[in-house]
Amino acid sequence: MSLWKGAGGGTGGCCARSSSSVVAAAAASCASSHRGGGGQAPAAAPQLLAEAARPPLPPSLPRSLPGPGTMSSGAASAPKPLPSSGPKSLREMPHPLATSSSEEMGPALTPSPDVLLPRSIADKDLSLPNGTPVDTSSPASSSSLLNRLQLDDDLDVETRDLFVTVDDPKKHVCTMETYITYRVTTKTTRAEFDLPEYSVRRRYQDFDWLRNKLEESQPTHLIPPLPEKFVVKGVVDRFSEEFVETRRKALDKFLKRITDHPVLSFNEHFNVFLTAKDLNAYKKQGMALLSKMGESVKYVTGGYKLRTRPLEFAAIGDYLDTFSLKLGTIDRIAQRIIKEQLEYLVELREYGPVYSTWGGLEVELSEPLEGVSACIGNCCTALEELSEDMTEDFLPVLREYILYAESMKNVLKKRDQVQAEYEAKLEAVALKREDRPKVPADVEKCQDRVECFNADLKADMERWQNNKRQDFRQLLMGMADKNIQYYEKCLTAWESIIPLLQDKPETK
Amino acid sequence: MESAEPEPSGSRPEEEEEEEEEEDEEDGALPAPEQPLAGMEDCLAKKMEITVSEAEKRTGRNAMNIQETYTAYLIETRAVESQSEGQCAPVESLWRRYSEFELLRNYLSVTYPHIVVPPLPEKRADFVWHKLSADNMDPDFVERRRIGLENFLLRVASHPVLCQDKIFYVFLMQEGGWKEMVNETGFQLKADSRLKALNATFRVKNPDKRFTELKHYSDELQSVISHLLRVRARVADRLYGVYKVHGNYGRVFSEWSAIEKEMGDGLQSAGHHMDVYAASIDDILEEEEHYADQLKEYLFYAEALRAVCRKHELMQYDLEMAAQDLTSKKQQCEELATGTVRTFSLKGMTSKLFGQETPEQREAKIKVLEEQIQEGEEQLKSKNLEGRDFVKSAWADIERFKEQKNHDLKEALISYAVMQISMCKKGIQVWTNAKECFSKM
Repeated sequence: MSLWKGAGGGTGGCCARSSSSVVAAAAASCASSHRGGGGQAPAAAPQLLAEAARPPLPPSLPRSLPGPGTMSSGAASAPKPLPSSGPKSLREMPHPLATSSSEEMGPALTPSPDVLLPRSIADKDLSLPNGTPVDTSSPASSSSLLNRLQLDDDLDVETRDLFVTVDDPKKHVCTMETYITYRVTTKTTRAEFDLPEYSVRRRYQDFDWLRNKLEESQPTHLIPPLPEKFVVKGVVDRFSEEFVETRRKALDKFLKRITDHPVLSFNEHFNVFLTAKDLNAYKKQGMALLSKMGESVKYVTGGYKLRTRPLEFAAIGDYLDTFSLKLGTIDRIAQRIIKEQLEYLVELREYGPVYSTWGGLEVELSEPLEGVSACIGNCCTALEELSEDMTEDFLPVLREYILYAESMKNVLKKRDQVQAEYEAKLEAVALKREDRPKVPADVEKCQDRVECFNADLKADMERWQNNKRQDFRQLLMGMADKNIQYYEKCLTAWESIIPLLQDKPETK
Repeated sequence: MESAEPEPSGSRPEEEEEEEEEEDEEDGALPAPEQPLAGMEDCLAKKMEITVSEAEKRTGRNAMNIQETYTAYLIETRAVESQSEGQCAPVESLWRRYSEFELLRNYLSVTYPHIVVPPLPEKRADFVWHKLSADNMDPDFVERRRIGLENFLLRVASHPVLCQDKIFYVFLMQEGGWKEMVNETGFQLKADSRLKALNATFRVKNPDKRFTELKHYSDELQSVISHLLRVRARVADRLYGVYKVHGNYGRVFSEWSAIEKEMGDGLQSAGHHMDVYAASIDDILEEEEHYADQLKEYLFYAEALRAVCRKHELMQYDLEMAAQDLTSKKQQCEELATGTVRTFSLKGMTSKLFGQETPEQREAKIKVLEEQIQEGEEQLKSKNLEGRDFVKSAWADIERFKEQKNHDLKEALISYAVMQISMCKKGIQVWTNAKECFSKM
């Protein structure tokens, strides 16, 4: 087989699956086998389906046909064919982005054209697309999630068949260490999973492992970031409620992003992460396999240097650079605001009680002054809540995106490497001037790698752009909301003491 | 002779004296405590419109012939005519500088020590937060001082006693020659020395309890309002910082929007709202300065209260000293007359050592003492009377002041609350606008 086998053994064709089911596709006339994880397949599916209704399923694909009942939400949908590329080769498939200007390719599996898409999004009792119940206390409140759903026309709840949630953090105290585990719950109708439901406990290390594995096995894709491993902000309590909750949200986001990804969500490591009772055993196994296969498994290219980055990727690179810069600035501004707010709070905390002291001196003014004191106290509380929310909900998401942009730039660099290798080899061949008119196989392999990488990356970029827009929309609206709530609380406090102040104690 | 005890300084109900009403106070004597005609209806403020309408920078030579820059304030007055004629009386105006206001106030404080005399706005900018200049020439400071001076004049003009003062009237109406007129009253001579007052404070034995309480109250009031003003200034400073940093969002959103396609417009317009938010703090804090000024007035009023208490202590101490002196004189007289020495005295010792005096000498001494005792008793009587009158009239003004204070401070608190409400509403508006922009991203 090829060198492209991931640790999980996924191979072959332009399928969305990286499991062994792809073996058959490898037999298909893809010009070369390449890493499981060609990102085009699901996006290509609608075109394929449109062009060739229901291509025949490769016989060796076990349990691969989703029957009507296996789709989520029980909608009356026609049986969907596999998002497989079938017998077509990579080159024959139209590029998914070629005609995508009119259609927004959502991250989900898009239904076949004849399926009616119920738009019951008006119902506010919606749970999140991944099945988690709506958490109204988080900035991802139902209304903003609603907006998120309505933005992306193709994000149809009905077609999701994998729901993952991270919750229930628990502290474990052992002799050697203390750490936190999180419950990872999976609900799915996918064939790749033996059971419809799973519940496992994972710790940060495990998430880190998963991310590394994904980077290794799907190097042409953008892997979502993890929250920072180490927090260097003075003395941060790793076990404080706020820290744990912030981390939990980030880990939940991480898994949801993978779940939403048409290629990554089928990654075998991801599957194991979600399902295995003993992840450590699997990890060890993986390591053994790795050492057996040697370094060749790793996606390593020699030190080839790319001369010029193609325009579109250069544009992406530039965009990411500026984007990171701007986010960095926003992060600093947000931190500065929080700092100023806390200093303001310190002064307010001294200010309120002085009115109270004064009230103690007075007779007729005693109540009004006490009222003002209490009012300022209420404003203090409201301000404290605002600062906390910004620290816990706003800053972490900003930082996540900065990390995201960094890892994306690395993927761009890897892409450059792949292209550089191809160009170098091509040049070498041209220079040799041998009688062989045909391009040698390994150069062709390189070319395929380049084209696959480019395609995956472009598809992921577009998906990422869309998600980014939704995420920031939600984030910034949340920030505005928090500020509105703060002012509303203060307004209520001050309005409520006006009658107290105006009260004339005639009969006292 | 009975020993004269200093009369307790509380008022004695059986001695409700009906004083003649004195309209002319130019000689500076203590005015009568009851002025039934000078009610609020007759006060100057009702008969005349008074404004301090302008402030102007001037340069001139001062008393030491040194060139200096100062600010002059334009006082405009107009008699309030009855509306039937439909005619407006002419506006009279003159210029005064701050030192003249100070002179006026000093005059009033000395001349009416039983009155809680309205305070002047602060001489130098105090309790400033960073944005405000501490410079006396700063236009904002000058403007607030102008308002403060007008307020002072209105307060004096609405005071039932003070408004009738001629010096005050001339201050408003006649620019030239006023200073000379004030100095001619010789009020500086009547002013009690600070040292004398301090001495009295420590040594007085039997002050009126109400005044003692009032003294404590005014001390604590000064302390608490000072504290409040200091913290408020810091709060204002911090709040300014919070708002201004948000302005940075405006810039960065604008820059970010340049690289975005669909998100661009929303970001750009939201950034504009952040700029609006950052700019709004200037007006908010300027308005709050008026609240601070209202508090400051009562901070300085506390000092005026304290001055009345000091005066009482001084008078009471004076009385006690006079009574003590009288008692000792009487004793001396008695000793001389009876030849017994009850108390230690230098005279007694020397006479023991150096021999007795001749009878003639003794007679002469007794005579002198008797005269002095006579005088002393009369003085004591009038001092007692003065003291009681002072307490009565002072307390009447203090009651008036208390009501005014409660009313004014309540109004100030209400206006402060209203300011806060307005600030909150503005905040809600801006963030709602920003949220809408974000929603269109």
